[in-house]
Amino acid sequence: MKDLSLHILDIIQNSIKAESTLIEVEISEDTKEDLLTITIKDNGRGMDEELLKKVLDPFVTTRTTRKVGLGLSLFKASCEQAEGSLTVDSVLGKGTIVYAKLKHSHIDRKPIGDIASTMALAISSNENIDFIYKHKVDGNEFLLDTREIKKELDGVSVALPEVTCWIKDYIEEGIKNINGGNDL
Amino acid sequence: MKSISELQKIREKVLSEVNLRQDRQDGIRIVVGMATCGIAAGARPVMQEFISEISKRNLLNVKVIQTGCIGMCRLEPIVEVYVPGQEKVTYVKMTPDKVARIVSEHIVNGKVVDEYTVGAQS
Repeated sequence: MKDLSLHILDIIQNSIKAESTLIEVEISEDTKEDLLTITIKDNGRGMDEELLKKVLDPFVTTRTTRKVGLGLSLFKASCEQAEGSLTVDSVLGKGTIVYAKLKHSHIDRKPIGDIASTMALAISSNENIDFIYKHKVDGNEFLLDTREIKKELDGVSVALPEVTCWIKDYIEEGIKNINGGNDL
Repeated sequence: MKSISELQKIREKVLSEVNLRQDRQDGIRIVVGMATCGIAAGARPVMQEFISEISKRNLLNVKVIQTGCIGMCRLEPIVEVYVPGQEKVTYVKMTPDKVARIVSEHIVNGKVVDEYTVGAQS
């Protein structure tokens, strides 16, 4: 994966597969503490302890099309190369939390990348799932809750291409605002 | 500064076209493989480009959706096009540059872009 937003898109797919109805993505950048954290939390079916223990193993997957499951293990590797770590917490029937921690200024820390695309595509492809996207940069915060968007659209689908494009632009602008007018 | 109330405008526009959009059984589906293999190979910008192109051309009968691993990871990004009444067409090793041509030739004019298909590349 070239950047962290691709990892996030990948982990979101796990949450979707787990039949979540609410997926929360939170990115927090703290330059003082030199810390970048990413939390992806869902209310899907979760994992039992046995699966949770081996879920970071690249040769473990629930899919049937191939024998490897690289999503989480690649994300873990990306965290570790930036002096960070990745942990997964899960309760069967309740949901799963993936928590990634990276050193913000580390030379090998991958850029966040096009997170607006990641969120816009995840939202529009999963009309029946609600998403909360929170992005903090040193105390400034941007928040997007699809429940508000759906309320405003009042029956019109978030899957429409023009809505997808609008969501993407909206997130891009929101991130710029909390980042002192700069793109990520 | 963008605000959520802008969605009202989109909503009104969409509702004025609602008879054209609603329940179209003859809709075309564009399915993008979005598992780890697809994402790593660049499926996200491909999907984004399809959505922008469909929105730009205001194609009301086309849906862009995601799926998981299609099972040919080495040929990702893979895009499948389902036109009702026709056989599925599988495009492989996709890039955003290829999207405009597929939309204009295949989606709009019904002519498959043979050189991008799995048959031409595997």
